[in-house]
This record gives sequence, structure tokens and C-alpha cells, in this order.
Amino acid sequence: MSKSTPGTSAPPTKERSVRRVAFSQTLSRWDVKISPYLYISPFFILFAITGMFPLAYTAWVSVHEWNLIGGQGDFVGFDNFAFVLSQPPFWIALRNTFSIFLISAVPQVAFALLIAAVLDRNLRAKTFWRMGVLLPYVVAPVAVTLIFSNMFGDQYGLINNLLGDLGLDPVGWHSDVVASHIAIATMVNFRWTGYTALILLAAMQAIPRDYYEASMIDGAGIVRQFFSITIPQLRPTLIFVIVTSTIGGLQIFDEPRLYDQYGQGGASSQWMTITIYLYNLGWGQLNFGRAAAVAWLLFLIIILVSLINVAITRSIAKAS
Amino acid sequence: MNLSRRSTAAAAIAGAAAFALLASGCSSTETPEAGGDITLTVATFNDFGYTDEMFAQYEAENPGVTIVHNRAATSNDARDNFFTKLGAGSGLADVEAVEVDWFAEMMQYSDKLADLTSDEVADRWVDWKSAAATDADGRLVAYGTDIGPEAVCYRSDLFAAAGLPTDRDEVAALLEGDWDTYFEVGQQYVDASGAAWFDSAGATYQGMINQVEFAYEEADGKVIATENPEVEQIFTDVLTASSTLSANLGQWSDDWFAGLSNGAFATMLCPGWMLGVISGNAPDVTGWDVANVFPGGGGNWGGSYLTVPAQGENIEAATKLAAWLTAPEQQLTAFAAAGTFPSQVEAYESEELRSATNEYFNNAPVGEILIERSQAIGVAPFKSVKYFPINDALQKALTRVDVDATQSIEESWDQFVADVAALG
Repeated sequence: MSKSTPGTSAPPTKERSVRRVAFSQTLSRWDVKISPYLYISPFFILFAITGMFPLAYTAWVSVHEWNLIGGQGDFVGFDNFAFVLSQPPFWIALRNTFSIFLISAVPQVAFALLIAAVLDRNLRAKTFWRMGVLLPYVVAPVAVTLIFSNMFGDQYGLINNLLGDLGLDPVGWHSDVVASHIAIATMVNFRWTGYTALILLAAMQAIPRDYYEASMIDGAGIVRQFFSITIPQLRPTLIFVIVTSTIGGLQIFDEPRLYDQYGQGGASSQWMTITIYLYNLGWGQLNFGRAAAVAWLLFLIIILVSLINVAITRSIAKAS
Repeated sequence: MNLSRRSTAAAAIAGAAAFALLASGCSSTETPEAGGDITLTVATFNDFGYTDEMFAQYEAENPGVTIVHNRAATSNDARDNFFTKLGAGSGLADVEAVEVDWFAEMMQYSDKLADLTSDEVADRWVDWKSAAATDADGRLVAYGTDIGPEAVCYRSDLFAAAGLPTDRDEVAALLEGDWDTYFEVGQQYVDASGAAWFDSAGATYQGMINQVEFAYEEADGKVIATENPEVEQIFTDVLTASSTLSANLGQWSDDWFAGLSNGAFATMLCPGWMLGVISGNAPDVTGWDVANVFPGGGGNWGGSYLTVPAQGENIEAATKLAAWLTAPEQQLTAFAAAGTFPSQVEAYESEELRSATNEYFNNAPVGEILIERSQAIGVAPFKSVKYFPINDALQKALTRVDVDATQSIEESWDQFVADVAALG
């Protein structure tokens, strides 16, 4: 066939030129309609490969007997789910996960707010202080955990020694449920408080200064300004911080895994979180079917909590 | 058996970095020059005593071979890694070390390992060591490295302060007998000193259970752990003794490592490889010594093998390296470095082993002591597929009573029974 385009080689007939225009029109119509989807498609293609496929495959695994090495066994329906839900360790793990999440998230947001408020003032060497609060975030979680779990040693740990010097009884950081949760929450907070503070600081800087000037003329002190201007203005950012820390908190793994020498969440599962339970089933007992069932239950729990978050967000948005 | 998880992390990062380097190294160098240089990876855990000099020597003797050695800190980590990648069908090192406690679990999948049978190594090991590594089809799938004949380590300075003999022969005579004798002498020590006799119920239990041939499973693999009166008896005995004699330190915890140097306990059960753990973690203590005795006769704790996964690309070269590493000469070098006692028959005849002493342990003749301790081993415990998870659950049960003090002996046993049932 000829390589030259119809337009240049031969005198075009009328119908032809009309058809050519029509095609380029079609193209540009497609461009308008399809292009936006093409532009955002990389995310969704990536998500399909790294998100949807594992999710679907995990669901497939969870309804089979499945050994880590032996691979797929018989189809068992929802037996794996029934087994996991009937196991007390699963409910203990659920309790631990929420407990560690609450003990870490609430003080974390409160402290971050306080730190951000201080950094928002006119300090000398502003950048130095702002980078300073981010330093713990730069430290690898593994390193944080190694240092903290040494400090939280039951018999010869730094903290119990200090308590002893003050004449107090040592705390069973590795034997008591609540104490172990506090210790792990401390590690989480050490790492994340500065990060959260910087996000809140960025939001605080966006609050128009006029509000503060006006309130100052009205005679409001720093504390009154903080509660009546800063906090209400931070609402959307606070919600973002709470949602992200919920998702992170429910998946907590590094800190409890490295908290003692065995990494299985303690002899009585004192600090065994859902992800640790999943790991013990999948890699300790090599039972992938049950581990996949736990993974799906965790997924459903996160969706549920996220829906609650959305509901709260909506009601707050309406309120303001 | 396994070291602290703390150090694991560092090792895991180092290992991951090494793997990453290796992966990039392979892809860039290996493809263009076919039949040229090869890189062999060796994965071990704890301290096998394989020194850089040993690998350098092998590289010098075998031009074109580069060896990368990855060390995991604990046997648990090595196990997780091993099974994950054995299932995935790729990613394992060319030579993988496996520990005796999860060896039976691995033997179920012996077809995923290369057959290492050869005349050269036919009679290299003590019989029970190589018999355990031979699968139903008669394939030898693993080469033995070390065994763990157990002695008793003690602090002579603490013994002296409590009015007990300090000379290692006298201590051996004092402790000669069954576990009751060990606990009775312990009670004397505790009454005199006010400090603890042994480190933890878990470690002591491990010494006792390794003297039982069928503890958790019968020969056909049937799980009997929770009905076996012997297991419950040992469990109760060791915890009853622990109430006064134990330092309540979870083995391998930070507190336990601190206890090695601060005199928290006066004795501990010592397989050969434990000597290196003590001297490495309490370098400033001068009182540690080792006595040629073990309660209830002899016992073996731990010991490992090297395997060559069939998924590897250089199986032949890897087999050659594994054979070299487990040859008596190399195992003797490893013993000198880390106290990993040879499983190779020929090594026992060597003057080097017989005359080996350990300066840290007050110049104890450790070679002679461990040879005698290995001859005292009467029972090779049967460890089938469920041994590792059951023993794990039992160690947790001991921890709940001894270290955490959150449950009574009966409560903890009941939970152990439930935990084993859940392994199903």
C-alpha cells in the first residue's frame, strides 16, 4: 500500500476529506473523554497488582487448607474463619491491638498539639527546633525498639532501676498486660509524636494571623487563643492525623515483635497484636490458610473502623 | 539454641543488605561470562565458628569461587526464613544451616533438598547424626556440623563465697547424680548465699526433656505431649524447684545476658556451644568454670546440619563447599572459634581436640570434658514434625510461671494443653 497520506498524494474526493475530519474529531472526543482516566490509570493498575490481587488471592487461600511449603490443600469453606474466631488468642490479640492503639494515639495527638503550639511561637533558631522534633522519626523503628526494650528490662532495666532508687516497686514491663502496652506505646509515641507535631504545625501556620490579633485586642490570653482559635481551625488536619494513626495503629508489628527475645507477643500473649498472631500462625505453625483468614478479618476490622471515622468526620463537618 | 531477638534485628538488616548486594552483583557479573566465577552463599545462625579466614582459605584453594556468609542471630529467625523461601521455591542460600529442633519438620520436604550422598563422607559422622539426616528413600540430605553434649557451667567465685567446693573435679563429684541431687545442692547454695542457683526454668527443663526419648510424639508421629506423664512430671518438678532456685530470667532476654555477668545465678547447663555464648557476653567475669558432670547422666542440646537446597543454581559447587565445611579439620577450627563440638567421629581421635583448653573457663580442658560428655549421651530424643511448635508452647508455659509469675503451675499446664490442641 502507499505510504503517503491521502491528503498529500492524490486529489482527495469530497467524501474522503469529510471522513478524515470526522476521524480526528472522534479522536479529540476520545481524548477529552478517555485521557483523564488514562492519566490516573497508573495508580489503579499498580493498585490492582499490589492491592487487589493479593487481597483476592488471600481470600482464595483463606478458604483452603494451605501449608506454607506444601501449598494448597482441600477446600474447607469458612472453617479457617470459624477456627480463628473460636480461638481465645484471636480475641486477646484484638484487645491488645486496640489497647496499644488507644494508649499510643491519645497522648500522641495531645503532646503533638502542645509541641506544635510551642513551635508556632516566635522562637529563636526556629528551623533547628522544628528539625529537632523530627529526629526520632528518622531513627529506624528497629533501633528504637532495641533501645527501649532494654530500658524496659524487668530486672536490670534502666527504668526499673530508677523506680527502685525512688523507693517504688519495679514494674513487670514484660509480664503485666497494661505495663507492656504502655512500654510499646511509648516506643510508638517516641517515633511518631514529632512527625504528627510537624503536620499540625503546618496546619497552624495556615491559620490567618488576623484571628489572633483580633482576639488579643479582645483581651484573650495564650491559653484562650489555643482552645478557641487554634484547635477549631485544626479540625480537618486533626481528622487526617487520627485516620492515618488508626490505620497504622491497627497494623502495629515491629515494636511488639522486637519487644522480647522470642517475638511472639509474650508467654501469655500479653502484647500479642493481630499482626503478630497472623505471623505466628503463618510462619510459626506454617498454616497459611488460618493466617489468611486472620488477614481478612483484620482487613474487615480496618474497614469497619474507617467507616466509623468517616461518619464522625461527616458529623463534625456538618457541625462546623 | 537461639540468641536474643535484639541482636537479630541488626543481623537481619545486615543480612538483607548482603542479599541486596549479592542480588545486584549476580545480575551484573554472572550472565556475561558463562562458566566463569560463581558466588556461593552460606546462611548460618548464632555462631557456627566459621571464620572469615576459613572462607578465604577455601576461596584461595578454589579459584573462581566467592563466598558470602549471612548470619541470622537466632535459630527461630533462620527457621522462618528457611521455610518461607523453601515454599516459595527461590531465595535460599546455596548452603543453608538447619537446627536439629526443626530438622524433622524440614525432613518432610526432603525432596526439595539436594541429595548429598557420596562415598567420601559415608562414615564421617556419629551414627545417630547421619541416620537422622537420611530420608525414607535413603538420600542423605544434610551434613552434620556440631552436636551439643552438655556439662554444667558454674561460678567458682560464688561457690567459694557460699562454702561450696570450687575445684572442677570436686564440683563434678558434688553434682554427680540425678536432677534431685542438682536441686538439693542448689538449695544448700541458696540457703548460704541468698542468690539463685540456676538461670531459668526454661533452660533447665530443656536439659531434662532432652533425656526423654519420646517426649512429645510417638515413633509414628502421634502427639502425646499432653498425656505423657513424664512431660508433666518434669514440668512440675522443674517449676517446683524454680520457686526457690531460679533467677527467673527468660533465657536469651536482656536480663538473662546481664545475669551472665552480674552473678544473678551460680550454675547453668552448658552444651558445648554455650561456652562461646558465656565468654562472649560476660568477658569481664573471671569466675566461670565448667565441670565434667551432668544431672541424670548425659544429654545433648542442639546441634546443626548444613543442607544444599535443590532450588540453588550451583548445587555441585555448593555440595563441595558443604562437604569441606563439615570435614573434621574445619569443624575443629570452628570448635576452637566458638566451641561447637564436632559430630565427626574422626575429630574425637585428634590430639587437637583432646588437648583443647579454654582460658576463659579457668583453663578447663574443654576438649576432654566434652568428649566424655558426648560419650555419656544415652538417649537421642525423637523429634518429629510437631516437636518445634510443641516445645515452643511448653517454654511459654514455663515462662508464665517462672519469669512472669502470672500463673500457677496448674493453670499454666492447662493453658499448654489448650495451646497444643490448637496446633491441630
